[in-house]
Amino acid sequence: MKRTGSISRRLMIAAVAASGLALSAGAALAQSIKVAAIYTLPVEQQWISRIHQALNTAKDRGDIEYVFSENVANTDYERVMREYAESGVQLIVGEVFGLERAARKVAKDYPETAFLMGSSFGPVGPNFSVFDNWIHEPSYLSGMVAGGATKTNIIGMVGGYAIPEVNRLMNAFMEGAREVNPDVRFLVNFLDSWYDPPKAKESAFAMMDAGADVMFAERFGVSDAAVERGMKAVGNVVDTSGDYPSTILASALWHMEPTIDKAIANVAAGTFQAADYGQYSFMGFGGGSLVMDESLIPAETVTKVKEYQSEIMEGLFRVNVNDERPVSDK
Amino acid sequence: MDILQILLSDSFWAASLRIATPLIFGVLGALLCEKSGVLNLGIEGIFVAGAMAGWLAVWAGAGLWGGVLVAALAGGFFGLIHAILTVPLGLSQHVSGLGVTLFATSSSYFIYRTALPNVSSPPRIEPFRALDIPVLSDLPFVGPVLFQQTAMTWLALGMVALVWYVLERSSLGVALKAVGDNPDSVDAQGLSVYGLRIGAVVAGSALMALGGAFLTMSAFDAFFFGMVNGRGWISIALVIFASWRPGKALLGALLFGAFDAFQVRLQTTDVGALVPGQIFLMAPYILSIIALVIVARKADYPRALLTPWFKGQR
Repeated sequence: MKRTGSISRRLMIAAVAASGLALSAGAALAQSIKVAAIYTLPVEQQWISRIHQALNTAKDRGDIEYVFSENVANTDYERVMREYAESGVQLIVGEVFGLERAARKVAKDYPETAFLMGSSFGPVGPNFSVFDNWIHEPSYLSGMVAGGATKTNIIGMVGGYAIPEVNRLMNAFMEGAREVNPDVRFLVNFLDSWYDPPKAKESAFAMMDAGADVMFAERFGVSDAAVERGMKAVGNVVDTSGDYPSTILASALWHMEPTIDKAIANVAAGTFQAADYGQYSFMGFGGGSLVMDESLIPAETVTKVKEYQSEIMEGLFRVNVNDERPVSDK
Repeated sequence: MDILQILLSDSFWAASLRIATPLIFGVLGALLCEKSGVLNLGIEGIFVAGAMAGWLAVWAGAGLWGGVLVAALAGGFFGLIHAILTVPLGLSQHVSGLGVTLFATSSSYFIYRTALPNVSSPPRIEPFRALDIPVLSDLPFVGPVLFQQTAMTWLALGMVALVWYVLERSSLGVALKAVGDNPDSVDAQGLSVYGLRIGAVVAGSALMALGGAFLTMSAFDAFFFGMVNGRGWISIALVIFASWRPGKALLGALLFGAFDAFQVRLQTTDVGALVPGQIFLMAPYILSIIALVIVARKADYPRALLTPWFKGQR
């Protein structure tokens, strides 16, 4: 490859281009990074909404230019990845749970583009980084809340698919509940759909018929059923307590901002490398947190949860990671 | 015995009817189309259109029954597209139907996203509530199963009676069945084959859309992409199970609803701890296929189904 032009000329062109941009669209845009996100579900979906929100925040700060494609089928995902990579996007964010191998192949073809993908597997050099909602810590705490709140000692759990990232949170939740209430029994059900609220609702009704009085709402629809029956629910990933007044005991929240901000900073500094960004979803990094409605929870449980919470934050207590599919207790 | 306990509980039967409701609309709609000789594979998309349009209308302030009407109109609109393509133009009913499904689904998503570009969680409406009829709703067993359902479930049951009446007891029904069996005879009577078929497809599609509307306005209170989740396709299979009879259509939908309500309950029992969950999720479909194999051999299908008819050609 032949390179022409002196440094000074390149600088001048850059300066002219920058000033032109600055005149037309504000100074910040000149240095902002081009980011594209590809989602397999609409941006309202809980998990996706956290990524979308973090990217929008970065966009509002002026750090990035953000475009996205939602509801992209797994079978079409590779094409969309390539299209964004070809168009000169610097950082592509998304989720490759349904096309792990194919997505890594695409990344290999575009070594200049940074990829930050939700994935069950590890990073691949030089440019394929992974993240996930590692909120097993707040899930454990929300489990403690549920264990302290149940009167029938039966907790119902409705999940989407039994994949590691779902199982992990459910198992942490169950462990937390058992920590405060050894007698608790779990009913577990999977929908094999991410997005069928009427079905989730029916599953929740079935569990409440079987005696559950606290529901782990991994999916939309479960809390609705709890409201209708006057039962309680524990939220996951997003805080829905506003939508279901005096129903949501606690929620394990996921914050994607630390992950996104770290990736953007790395891209801006030119130091983006293949890495596992999973830890930025941990509570210690501000990637996970617990919200409780203390008016609905016994005071002793609140105290105990806060104790464990500070231990986690100080690194004195580690929540186990268990990716096994949870099953109903006998 | 867990299983017996499940089958005897009122909540199980109430859930069965609830799960069956969108299917009742879907099967009746598909049945009406097919009785006239037109297979309508646009059903899955029409479900989505009904779910979106009805919900969006209510969200915009149209009132619940206004939403039901809008859903029916949306379904009728996509039905009309299918009817024009397959009846006077005589195009492949399979291809046109699948095209309508893709078109209706995508345009629904498009309209939803255009109307609500920046929502963080899906906006909710005040949906149909369970009926509370004095005395009747408080009856043991029958009360929770029948009289604590929403108005749309009753609308579905009413539609079964209406479709049955029209098909079996009215002269319109005679003409409709004839146009699906032997359109030439209808033409010889001086009736319009095109008119009857287009009318049946539009009305049938409107019914299908109500099945979708039930999901967003009764079973739930918000619209989600992908929430129809194959319910339209199930309805198509159930029509064959029902051998094109409204009464049996109700039975088939209820049977499927019962399978589904049963499997979610079974998953939480001892059996659920032993058997992989996917087996339960498959169960309603497998049982439907088995039922189909047993029943469909004797199915009396409309003779002119899938056959386009052109005036003046014999």
